[in-house]
Amino acid sequence: MTARPNTPANTPPSAPPKEETSASRGASWLREHSELGVSLMLFVLGVLVLTDALTMDVDITQRGPVGPKTVPIVIGIGLLVLAVLLSLDVLRGGRGESETGEDIDLSEPSDWRTVLLLAGVFLGNAVLIGPLGFPISGALLFWGSAYALGSRHPSRDPLIAAGLSLFTYFIFNNLLGVPLPGGPLMGVI
Amino acid sequence: MDSLNSLMDGFGTALTPMNLLWAAIGVLLGTAIGVLPGIGPAMAVALLLPVTYGLEPTGAFIMFAGIYYGAMFGGSTTSILLNTPGESAAVVAAIEGNPMAKAGRGAQALAAAAGGHFIGGMIGTILLVVLAPTVASLAVDIGAPDYFAIMVLAFIAVTSVLGSSRIRGLSSLLIGLTIGLVGLDQMTGQQRLTFGTLELADGIDVVIVAVGLFAIGEALWVAAHLRRSSGEPVPVGRPWLGKDDVRRTWKPWLRGPLIGFPFGAIPAGGAEIPTFLSYVTEKRLSKHKKEFGKGAIEGVAGPESAASASAAGTLVSMLTLGLPTTAVAAVMLAAFQQYGIQPGPLLFERESELVWGLIASLFVGMVLLLALNLPLAPVWVKLLRIPRPYLYAGILFFAAVGAYAVGGEALDLVILLIIGLIGFGMRRYGLPVLPAVIGVILGPAAEQQMRRALQISDGSVTGLVNTPFSVTVYAVIALIVCWPLVRKLVPGRRKQDEETKVSV
Repeated sequence: MTARPNTPANTPPSAPPKEETSASRGASWLREHSELGVSLMLFVLGVLVLTDALTMDVDITQRGPVGPKTVPIVIGIGLLVLAVLLSLDVLRGGRGESETGEDIDLSEPSDWRTVLLLAGVFLGNAVLIGPLGFPISGALLFWGSAYALGSRHPSRDPLIAAGLSLFTYFIFNNLLGVPLPGGPLMGVI
Repeated sequence: MDSLNSLMDGFGTALTPMNLLWAAIGVLLGTAIGVLPGIGPAMAVALLLPVTYGLEPTGAFIMFAGIYYGAMFGGSTTSILLNTPGESAAVVAAIEGNPMAKAGRGAQALAAAAGGHFIGGMIGTILLVVLAPTVASLAVDIGAPDYFAIMVLAFIAVTSVLGSSRIRGLSSLLIGLTIGLVGLDQMTGQQRLTFGTLELADGIDVVIVAVGLFAIGEALWVAAHLRRSSGEPVPVGRPWLGKDDVRRTWKPWLRGPLIGFPFGAIPAGGAEIPTFLSYVTEKRLSKHKKEFGKGAIEGVAGPESAASASAAGTLVSMLTLGLPTTAVAAVMLAAFQQYGIQPGPLLFERESELVWGLIASLFVGMVLLLALNLPLAPVWVKLLRIPRPYLYAGILFFAAVGAYAVGGEALDLVILLIIGLIGFGMRRYGLPVLPAVIGVILGPAAEQQMRRALQISDGSVTGLVNTPFSVTVYAVIALIVCWPLVRKLVPGRRKQDEETKVSV
């Protein structure tokens, strides 16, 4: 999974700046240093972990010299330190190498529309699985994801989605004994 | 002799019709998954973790082991026929295998790879049978400080050896450790990072983390950069080897495991380095040096054998010490935890039937692999034509099934998506995924062992280093941490290292 990329090139997320206005320069600087967002995330996570650890009220339940606070505090401090180190690395020109793979084409910029669509479809499944049951929400998940990824077969896509969803439902629910919600559809059958 | 008897009992377990079926399913599923672009063995095992809820442990692990070996073979098939290695272990197979396929010798390349996997796996598994009980009996007295030392070793090794940046590796590890903190403290019941919610009190299930990082993260990352034009696989017939080919491959087949097995057993060794070392070795020893780069069969046979043997080596440290050295081993360790089984020195005593059944099934699986893969190769190639939207929609679909099956809660699906988005970001910014997964799986256990050790020593830090075993492990850790400095002092070694990086 963590294969060293074969291509030396990183993702070039930004084209060379065309205009030299300060606004566009600022934007392109940010885009080039977008990895600082990772540092920010580590920092926020560190603060979160430390706050949680320090506000913990440990009473008599503590057994042994090391209580439930110690490890979170160490991890929290570690996160803060790494946030600083990573920022320094990025500002010095260090870049994480984007992961490559069989179906990955890094020469194109990230396709955010597809990612957001997929995330939306996935969330939709989380909301619908309760009221509609797995067979319907699962089929919608597959169909929606395939659509988001560029499949445009008006009859084949939903048929495959429905078949896969029903098949999986029976395998898990009836053969493996892992219960999935049947929903109204299974109530009818 | 004792282990031979146990192995015989193991065959008794592995050859029951049900377990034979699981081995066959695992091998077929593994090969299919390995051939399919975008799904690595770790993702496959992660996606299949939910079946452990309905399956007894022996059958589940026999299936997982089959997937592991099968996926390695499948990965090299893709490498050879499409020149796009999906698994890091299969990178080398493409160097010689693809030119062979293009020159019309694809059948021979596949046969050399299959033979390599069979022989490498066999030798590796025999070494596993011989070594594992010994290692386990040596380690049987180890206590809390030793366990803690081993886990620290896993953390350090996985962040230092993998990837190009230690800062990013450590960041990934700490993200994993943070996720591992969520829930009730195991020793005091104190709530940590639960924000008062009841749902988070049980912690975030390892299955959800593994599926989120490996499956959702990968699917989203591919979706953002989906290659619109996929390469065409080179058509191929049934694999076979002529007499000349056999004369050129049998030595590389036997040499591969010697390189692969030890690397599999050491933390973060994996299959990437040994396959490359094996390639270099074969190139040096070959009588057909000129053919290298244009399709030398030795360059397929040796590395593939090394890759397969490294998988067996991985199992040695996973089963005897509970130390996962690769992503697949990490996910398998998570599966052990699902069953409440702790891999380690005592595993061979407590779960002797399970372990020996698993080991025996490796031999069975290897035979199945060879018997199935040679005739089925043309069928596997057809899998490469699956429309990508269906493939990645399917990954998302099964990820959702798995996460929901954990506890039947819709909230788990939301957590899964969030972890998937973290996995996406990690791929984008070059944070390796494996340290995070290891952090989640081993983090809570490491904390517990450390606190237990300090409890025994009444708070004195010497309680962590008061056994010869733990001192040895910390010495190894020091060596790994100082390795970059050592490498700078030895110039010749470094140059060779850079050479390897350039040519891979």
